[in-house]
Amino acid sequence: MHKNHQNFIGGKWESEIDVRDFIQKNYKEYTGGADFLSGSTKRTDALMEKLNELFSKERENGGVLDIDTETVSSLTSYKAGYIDKDNELIVGMQTDYPLKRGVNPFGGIRMARQACLAYGYKLSDKIEDEFKYKTTHNDGVFSAYTDEMRAARHSHIITGLPDAYGRGRIIGDYRRVALYGIDRLIAEKENDKKTLAQKNFDAETIRLSEELFKQIKFLGYMKDMAKMYGYDISEPAKNAHEAIQWTYFAYLAAIKEQNGAAMSLGRVSTFFDIYIERDIKNGILTEETAQELIDDFVMKLRIARHLRTPEYNELFGGDPMWITESVGGMGEDGRTLVTKSSFRILNTLYTLGSSPEPNLTVLWSKNLPEGFKKFCAKVSCDTDSIQYENDDVMRPIYGDDYAIACCVSAMKIGKQMQFFGARCNLPKLLLLALNGGFDTASKIHIGPQKEVMQDEVLEYEKVSKRFLEYADWLANLYVNTMNVIHYMHDKYAYEKSQMALHDTDVHRFMAFGVAGLSVIADSLSAIKYASVKPIFDENGYITDFETEGEFPKFGNDDDRVDLIAKEITHTMIEKLRKTPTYRNAEHTLSVLTITSNVMYGKHTQSTPDGRKSGAPFAPGANPMHNREENGALASLNSVAKLSYDDCRDGISNTFSITPNTLGRNEDERIHNLVSVLDGYFAKKAHHINVNVLNRETLIKAYNDPSAYPNLTIRVSGYAVNFHKLSKEQQREVISRTFHEEM
Amino acid sequence: MGKNIIGKVNSFQSFGTLDGPGVRFVVFMQGCPLRCACCHNPETWDLNGGKEISADEVLKKILQYKEYFSSGGGVTLSGGEPLMQALFAAELFKLCKKEGINTCLDTSGCILNSDVKDVLEYTDYCLLDIKYTDDEKYRNYVGCTLSSPLTFLDYLNKRNIPTRLRQVIIKGLNDDGENIKNIAEIAKTHSCVKEIEFLPFKKLCIEKYKKLNLDFRLANYPETSNEDIEKLNKLLKKFGVEW
Repeated sequence: MHKNHQNFIGGKWESEIDVRDFIQKNYKEYTGGADFLSGSTKRTDALMEKLNELFSKERENGGVLDIDTETVSSLTSYKAGYIDKDNELIVGMQTDYPLKRGVNPFGGIRMARQACLAYGYKLSDKIEDEFKYKTTHNDGVFSAYTDEMRAARHSHIITGLPDAYGRGRIIGDYRRVALYGIDRLIAEKENDKKTLAQKNFDAETIRLSEELFKQIKFLGYMKDMAKMYGYDISEPAKNAHEAIQWTYFAYLAAIKEQNGAAMSLGRVSTFFDIYIERDIKNGILTEETAQELIDDFVMKLRIARHLRTPEYNELFGGDPMWITESVGGMGEDGRTLVTKSSFRILNTLYTLGSSPEPNLTVLWSKNLPEGFKKFCAKVSCDTDSIQYENDDVMRPIYGDDYAIACCVSAMKIGKQMQFFGARCNLPKLLLLALNGGFDTASKIHIGPQKEVMQDEVLEYEKVSKRFLEYADWLANLYVNTMNVIHYMHDKYAYEKSQMALHDTDVHRFMAFGVAGLSVIADSLSAIKYASVKPIFDENGYITDFETEGEFPKFGNDDDRVDLIAKEITHTMIEKLRKTPTYRNAEHTLSVLTITSNVMYGKHTQSTPDGRKSGAPFAPGANPMHNREENGALASLNSVAKLSYDDCRDGISNTFSITPNTLGRNEDERIHNLVSVLDGYFAKKAHHINVNVLNRETLIKAYNDPSAYPNLTIRVSGYAVNFHKLSKEQQREVISRTFHEEM
Repeated sequence: MGKNIIGKVNSFQSFGTLDGPGVRFVVFMQGCPLRCACCHNPETWDLNGGKEISADEVLKKILQYKEYFSSGGGVTLSGGEPLMQALFAAELFKLCKKEGINTCLDTSGCILNSDVKDVLEYTDYCLLDIKYTDDEKYRNYVGCTLSSPLTFLDYLNKRNIPTRLRQVIIKGLNDDGENIKNIAEIAKTHSCVKEIEFLPFKKLCIEKYKKLNLDFRLANYPETSNEDIEKLNKLLKKFGVEW
């Protein structure tokens, strides 16, 4: 056994790279309550105070503190940076100064240039020159896109595609650096590369061989980067401090190299707990100093930033990084994976104050210890900063060492990755079908060209048939577009650091998505159960509808419409599966919009459900605002009917409730929230964001943002500082259903 | 299957947390024999209104929420006065008990007959309104005698059904120390009482009255604040009632 692994129980994890085996053999489940937790230390408070000052400055500066326009972001391109060198326990910064943003033009030089301009900076001539002779991911994609792909993009029927920046949604197994040290990881990868030599060198093998070369090179850079901060990470970490520091260095390497939309962390807290427990036993740590280490680590995560354009912010509001950390869950052997460090990481919302990042995600199981359930519910009531996902639904598929990327995308850590694919606009597809391939919003012809539907009153059967024909067309175009994007991303912006922390033989998902599910379900329901008359413009295109009569609406636990929604997701994934994917990735589907539901709605004309042209969609799988008439649980039940088997990339639901509706006092609120979560997940629902707050608070924050600098709210698979949303996004959040007592 | 008894239901609320312990599915029944001046659901008074639905069908709806009841929640029958349709209430509760669902009755306690006693056979928890502790006010502002809910409470006590007494506090009508002392006394002499809950009088319902062309008799009384309620809760403690 390696000397740094003393007192650990050995096993398979020693002879091969297997973090799960290490965790299973060594972790100690914790089934008690939160009373053991310790508060913040003076050192932590002082450091956090400095960060809060920087956050204020960043806010006053229009959202960006500073940009280094001279340097291309990479592992070793900046000198070491600190918040307060002598008082930091965990070190390492993206650039040389906290909150200063680096530029990352590998995804696309234009986006980097525009992002600088948007904040009053100019990308240096030096970088412009360097990239004159370099093909970016964006260059590659646009050289291969077909006219139809461009038109689909232009009409916003497929939007938010990662074709101008890093695709993200890849979770490196950052824990491997702590457990094995870089030298061992390099040796394993070299060995994998050697084995390749026995194969025929076809395109697939040549690409892998080159990728392994890059991975090995970047593992070396990770070592160099750590050295700049005075650490040698060649060997395994020898204590909790080093385990956290090594893991953070690995994550830091990833966010220096890549500006992916979602740069998620994985599932580190129970892994850390093993080291913390050993140190506590050896008298190296106390509860207070253990919390301090976690606090310091989380502070580093809270200052991670990427440079984005205003157009990007319109899609993904609030400057998110999706540093998603999955907490809790159950093990395959029936023990819970909750440890004291699961509590400690949630406790940072108290020791450091509430915050959207890291994106703390509780893997909920009916079998989680009561004490942990209650603590989570308390944290939700107090901070609105955590989300919940159904471990009992995911564990049978991904085992017990998976994590969530971004908001709702599950994958086995270090063994699976995904090709992120944004989403298509279903209500727009319906309108396109009715208009026979003319998009009245962007005024372009796209898709199969047919007659505009002429019926005076729309007939459900006819409309469904027409819709399915267009869905066939879109599904094929969507897969092919994604294939181009990910081919080019692998070619020009391959994730070297993150893929070095995966098994060489990795399983790939291709994650498609839909937006506006409740709008299309209600629209089809209106056509089926009420009377919908199309209104034609002077050119003979349908631009509006006259809907008369009652019709069932998604969000009321009414099968008549809920099953329409379910059927649509089933149809979409079936159709997507018909077109083969790049690298044989497995097709998956999400019902998730981030904050893009506002933008999607903006580009979509009036729909048969009564939604007016330009009005926002509901986020994710949420019912449309204020159409729920039977209370909160009826709304949850509708969403729970969507099948995770059809939507393996996740089904996002955001739930807002006023404190008084949840219960009369804190104990009741905690108790009732636990009941809601237990019930919702027992119905096999996948995900829920929980906000416990009053609409008035949001209205006050809307009118006076400076008075609420830390108001955190869950929006759609992630949390944001309310003040960081655009006014339009803020208005949409305020207009959402708040379940309220009458 | 049950006897397929039909009831008149005003509406459903899938997520109630204030009408009984834990998370509750609330069935608001149609029809009430009383005309309480402070009633906030006047649309439930008329027994001719509402929708007809069988106990079986209501149970089916309730079962869609069973997963949420795991820790002490269940179904609450409210109204209107659910005991106006005691046969239906008894049938529904019986069906719920068969499914292991906790039952809670929200009542004014103004009806107690053999059918009602059947309902109480299947009642796990009772929310009982004691609107005033003064008989004259009861006659004037409720439409029955104070002895009605008290007799009902005696029966609950005899059957040992855990009960929460509820009172809407209206400033100038029942926010006096005498009333608090009286209700404390009632609680102390009935061991089935597990809690007294004072609710602040609100006038949100005024629009409903206008719509129904009904006179809202308490229009000139001020709303009660949470602070007022806190004060009375403290007073209650003084009179020796604490849980």
